[in-house]
Amino acid sequence: MASWGEASESRLIGKRIPRLSGRDKVTGKAKYTFDINRPGLLYGRILRSEVAHANVVGVDLSEAEALPGVKAVIQIVEVGNKIRYQGQEIAAVAAETDDIAKDALRLIHVDLEELPHVVTEADAMAEGAPQIRDDWAGNQSDPNVREEGDLAGGFAQAAVEVEATYHAPVQTHVCLETHGHVAEWEDEQNLTVWASTQGVFGVRNDLAGSFNLPANQVRVITEHMGGGFGSKFGPGVEGRTAADLARITGRPVKLMLTRKAEHLVAGNRPSMTQHVRAGATGDGRLIAYDMKGHGTGGISSGAGFQAPYVYHVPNRRAERVNVAVNVGNQRAMRAPGHPQGAFAMDSLMDELAEKLGMNPLEFRRINDPNETRQAQYTLGAQEIGWHRRNNVPGSGKGVKKRGMGVGSGQWGGGGGRGTQARVTINSDGTVEAVTGTQDIGTGIRTAIAMIVAEEFGLAPTDIMVKVGDSGPGLPSGGSGGSQTTASVAPVIKTAAAAAKQKLFERIAPQLNAPVGDLRVGNRTIYVVSDRTKTIKWELATGQLGMDSISEGGEWDEELRQGGVAGTQFAEVEVDTEIGEVRVIKIVAVQDCGLAINRLTTESQINGGVIMGLGQALLEERFMDALTGRMLNANLEDYKVPGTFEIPEIKSIVFDTHRKVTGVGEPPCIPTPGAIANAVYNAIGVRIRELPITPDKILTALAEKKA
Amino acid sequence: MPDKEKKQGTSISRRSFLKGVGTGTVAATVAPSVLIGGEKAADAQEGDAVASATIQLNINGKPYQVEVEARTTLLTVLRDGIDTSGNNVDLTGAKLICDRGECGGCTVMVDGKPVYACMMLAMDAQDTQITTVEGLADGDDLHPVQEAFIQHDALMCGFCTPGFVVSSAALLSENTKPTLEEIKVGLSGNTCRCGTYPFIFDAVKTASKKM
Ligand code: FES
Ligand code: FES
Repeated sequence: MASWGEASESRLIGKRIPRLSGRDKVTGKAKYTFDINRPGLLYGRILRSEVAHANVVGVDLSEAEALPGVKAVIQIVEVGNKIRYQGQEIAAVAAETDDIAKDALRLIHVDLEELPHVVTEADAMAEGAPQIRDDWAGNQSDPNVREEGDLAGGFAQAAVEVEATYHAPVQTHVCLETHGHVAEWEDEQNLTVWASTQGVFGVRNDLAGSFNLPANQVRVITEHMGGGFGSKFGPGVEGRTAADLARITGRPVKLMLTRKAEHLVAGNRPSMTQHVRAGATGDGRLIAYDMKGHGTGGISSGAGFQAPYVYHVPNRRAERVNVAVNVGNQRAMRAPGHPQGAFAMDSLMDELAEKLGMNPLEFRRINDPNETRQAQYTLGAQEIGWHRRNNVPGSGKGVKKRGMGVGSGQWGGGGGRGTQARVTINSDGTVEAVTGTQDIGTGIRTAIAMIVAEEFGLAPTDIMVKVGDSGPGLPSGGSGGSQTTASVAPVIKTAAAAAKQKLFERIAPQLNAPVGDLRVGNRTIYVVSDRTKTIKWELATGQLGMDSISEGGEWDEELRQGGVAGTQFAEVEVDTEIGEVRVIKIVAVQDCGLAINRLTTESQINGGVIMGLGQALLEERFMDALTGRMLNANLEDYKVPGTFEIPEIKSIVFDTHRKVTGVGEPPCIPTPGAIANAVYNAIGVRIRELPITPDKILTALAEKKA
Repeated sequence: MPDKEKKQGTSISRRSFLKGVGTGTVAATVAPSVLIGGEKAADAQEGDAVASATIQLNINGKPYQVEVEARTTLLTVLRDGIDTSGNNVDLTGAKLICDRGECGGCTVMVDGKPVYACMMLAMDAQDTQITTVEGLADGDDLHPVQEAFIQHDALMCGFCTPGFVVSSAALLSENTKPTLEEIKVGLSGNTCRCGTYPFIFDAVKTASKKM
């Protein structure tokens, strides 16, 4: 049975190894799509609608075409078609400089007949609202209903009940490298695209389809990319436009989204509103849960969320609808549906616990069926010092009041089939590992090197890892669902093992030993039963000549496992005079399975916590109902966490088994709920709407006083 | 051009540049444009604000002659500039992330001070010493901040990293032993979406021990 071996046998797996791309990234050498300069490069830009809803009456490109330095202008939206959100693509240009491209956009004249729009959920659901989707009466999808048990019977057993409404607004991904591509045609049949993507092969296949080319005549390269968080899977309109402009001009074209467009059209996390009524028995068992909720994913659907979440409620009903608004579409965002669902559920749990007069942690222990989290509750409570928590919420003295809260999360991350990889041993002793996955910042390159190096007794820096290129024709899936490591690692491991086996077969006769007795370590192949029989690594591989060994691998289910649990504890300090919440400390206990690289795994947990903190305290997309425009489509008014918001973060890699799993998404899930509960514990007033901003705190405190 | 609009060395001020373009009397400094798509300066209208001029910038100890327009930012020259011999400047370490002085992704040092290169006009960078992230290391010897960033994994996707590295180096050159609070203040002009801050703070502390 395949296994990763015992921790004691591992030289590299599970250790803290600095990432291989580090040097290139700290010296500025790392080339992102945005950094690709090609001879004769043109700059592409897209003209977007500032209007949220309109009929396109006319588009006049002639003045833009006449501007010196402009090499191509194309129309994207057809006359007679509809604009359905601000930011929708109208036309595009390619020019000699980016500034000329900008100038050219101003010379495109667009005639739009404006239609009534709705950009907020409330407006969309209001009586008599303009219908913006023909297929959704009242701008709402058919309800999705899930039911189990006997709701009325459940409520009949309840000793306490809570009824509340929880809300989380739309968040945007804010990838620091905006979506974008550099497209270059070698000839009419061969296209190379540098793409800022989390799915190299997805982009390849989409572009091949769009331009009617065999897939292997499109090469997609993503050496490095500046963040995706779920928003960067296909080429999108911008990628196809870049390729089109390059085809028309016969020159390479770089087309990166502006920061504003990134907020408007490159995806977002849907909003969530839940009206919940729930009950628990006198001995602290969740017994009934009834939820009616909605969310918006823009003009599209996809505004789902988890309700109830992680805790077991035997009698339950959940009814959700999608609400359509004239705003850019949602895309998967780090653990889609989970953080907002967790925030509502963990808030509800604390409200019920309080009515029961029970410690919220105790209440969770009773209702959480997950054994891993049960263990995490104990560890996390110790780390944060749960005993210091206010027994009476808001009872702290002074203007600045402290409090503690807890939240939970659950994710899959077990990977899947579909990755192909090759591990090659060359005669000069070098080892290459090639696969078509991409490094979106999680450090998969380094993990691959560690796995191969472990197998060959080499150092990770000895391994040449090639990822982020469809050229070698070794597909791998998109980096989504926290699936990358669990999909890729088993294939790399079995490929490395197969290559090693081949090398041993070549060398065994010389060492006069059975293949099974050969081992490798310290750049030496030796015979385990007679350690005097050795051959240096380079001497052994030198005999390969032109005949390098190159082996593929198989995805092996035994090497990975899905299903990760996480728990977080937050301590906050709330300034009751100015309403500011400062997070003092987060303890994140995250089930990680076998963390191949503990250092980069800790980075991922930190990153998830910080994104969760942004959702809890800062992030919200503001739409102006009147103009239909986003009011904060920049990095000043759309606030993401900066240095001042960063608390002490204790990221605990919680080992549960020695199988690989993914943790890109899960650590952002429990954070908003833990912070919201800590705020309540600090001031004794509950904020049921994210983000928890000073205005909400001050209003709630004032209402309590009144 | 009025005599009192004195140029220092080969550099020109923004005012004289705009004026000169307007009156067509700075032929000596306004070279035919290569930046605006092969359209010669002669083709540009009198008073046309997009005409270009040649300036010299000192970047990482090397002089670069580049064509710029009045509106060209320092960041554009670093990333997209083409020098007068037709070579790309190609210093793409500094990134354009927000395009308006909100994120620090474009941070470079100008005369030792951290500056947002997206907010500085190229012509205002004449007669200064510009250091980009590419110029921090001494050959193969990385700057202590760079070493520490790698060691502590103070980077994930790495897109914000050049800006943080430059800001951290600038901070440590002013204050060799910053406290955690001082590090947060010193780096408050930089944004990271991947959430590498905790390890960045650790890295700056480690680097400060070697300063
Ligand atoms: S790009 Fe210059 S500060 Fe953001
Ligand atoms: S490392 Fe990705 S934005 Fe900072």
